[in-house]
Amino acid sequence: MSAESSPKIVIVDESPIRAAILEEGLREAGFTRVVHISEMQGLLARVYAHDPDVILIDLENPSRDVLEQMFQVSRAVRRPIAMFVDQSDSASIQASVDAGVSAYIVDGLKKERIKPILDLCISRFNAFSKLQDELDRTKSALEERKVIDRAKGILMKVKGLTEDEAYVLMRSTAMREKKKIGEIAQSILTASELLK
Amino acid sequence: MTTPLHIGFIPLVDASALIVAVDKGFATAEGLDVTLVREVSWSNVRDKLNIGRFDAAHLLAPVAIASSLGLGHVKVPIVAPFNLGLNGNAITVSPALHAAIMGEIDGDAKDPMATALALSRVVAKRRASGAEPLTFGMTFPFSTHNYQLRFWMAAGGVDPDEDLRLVVLPPPYMVDSLANGHVDAFCVGAPWNSVAVDLGVGHILHFVSDILVRAAEKVLAVRQSWSEKNPEVLAALIRAAQRAAEFIEQPENRSEAAAILAQPERIGVDAEVIQRTLDGRLKISPDGTRRESSRYLLVGREGAARPDPAQAAWLYAQMVRWGQAQMGPDALKTAMGVFRPDLYDAAMGGGGKAPAGSHGIGAFAGPAFDPADIAGHLAAFKIGHWKP
Repeated sequence: MSAESSPKIVIVDESPIRAAILEEGLREAGFTRVVHISEMQGLLARVYAHDPDVILIDLENPSRDVLEQMFQVSRAVRRPIAMFVDQSDSASIQASVDAGVSAYIVDGLKKERIKPILDLCISRFNAFSKLQDELDRTKSALEERKVIDRAKGILMKVKGLTEDEAYVLMRSTAMREKKKIGEIAQSILTASELLK
Repeated sequence: MTTPLHIGFIPLVDASALIVAVDKGFATAEGLDVTLVREVSWSNVRDKLNIGRFDAAHLLAPVAIASSLGLGHVKVPIVAPFNLGLNGNAITVSPALHAAIMGEIDGDAKDPMATALALSRVVAKRRASGAEPLTFGMTFPFSTHNYQLRFWMAAGGVDPDEDLRLVVLPPPYMVDSLANGHVDAFCVGAPWNSVAVDLGVGHILHFVSDILVRAAEKVLAVRQSWSEKNPEVLAALIRAAQRAAEFIEQPENRSEAAAILAQPERIGVDAEVIQRTLDGRLKISPDGTRRESSRYLLVGREGAARPDPAQAAWLYAQMVRWGQAQMGPDALKTAMGVFRPDLYDAAMGGGGKAPAGSHGIGAFAGPAFDPADIAGHLAAFKIGHWKP
């Protein structure tokens, strides 16, 4: 795809990591004219400064409503938006809402050229939230390990147990009470805090 | 058995009937298990309602109509069987614009015709001196805020598309934008006008009830297809919202309601600011001047909750006036059909009637509104962008 025929894409996203992931994907797919806007103040003017064919925005962004005014021409709006994804393609709309992104197509861009951009956008957004979930899970696993270690320390001190014995005691209690070992550890910390 | 429902809302005081219905247990009492989902944009609420991620939503009344007409977007028929609020917006201006308007005003500052004429003189002087046009913020292209601002300024001779800039701003950004000069004024719902006054960056120039006595603001919206498949669930939801609206309107319940609404995962601002709105007692100037109005925001009282198709017709007429919609009898019929007093009456046990005196728009300018003659009505206004 030559530079001229590549549509100009503006990504509006306050998350620099997600924007970078999307931008990289678009460039790899041959969309070389990609700009990222992260500042929401005076958004409309910023968007116009780049004169894009497609605008991508994440759904966590309140400024999505700012783009909606581009459906109408007025003093504030120069180049109107022709459509929001492909209105006849409800599956695409659902997939993009679920992925957390929406695409605005400025007047003049051909319909068949939108689909690959949108598909890529959806898959990159989904990849990002998967990454985010994994990160959150790793974080909470780490937190849980810290809590278990501290609870072990308390049991060792109070009951004169070895590290292994303290762990086995928590594990068997967890099994008996049908709870997670992390929950038992948290109760030990809370109780010891109260009894201080 | 309880029915699970997902309902989207924007953190604004006019979502109160919905929030209180859930948090006071009125929805549970009707056999509903409601999860309220706080959203950040009207576009999100609209899209998630349209594709069925939400069963119902707190929605701008004009968006329900635009969606049913397919304006600018996917056409999805929406019905509004319950009005969550009448009025409730205000026009707030920067201290500089306030001073400029007061310098030009000839008459009472509470009279919207006097302020609109003063605004037009401010606009003319700015143009003569080569200054940038004024910028006014509002919340959405299909919003009462947009139409109320336009109606007001056009009555004074200001063309909202030619003489100044009218821009969409998300409500949480309004106050900052006023403070840093990105906008000179805005029209928005509660609590944002009060927040601007409290911070000393704005003066409330008008309650929108100065402009229109009764204006449908937010509705409880559902997809028409959903309403047809789930009539019992919808009736239960309407009853829960009605009970909540009645609860909120009892003065002795106001502080409890305000505390519920103030929770961080609901509206998330000071309970005191919310109560000011519910009571219609607002600080309008950073110097502490207060103004009271019994019409500031109506949640259920004076028959506010019962949808009035004449209100839908008025909103459609504004869409036509400002070039958003084509004039046509079918479109008018569709628009009026969005507001469903019949569904409200059925939920209340049938035989419901609009309370006396609850009809009409009561605009401060132009002839009385007649849904049967929109073309004639619009012809009475000099400024507008519609083709007969």
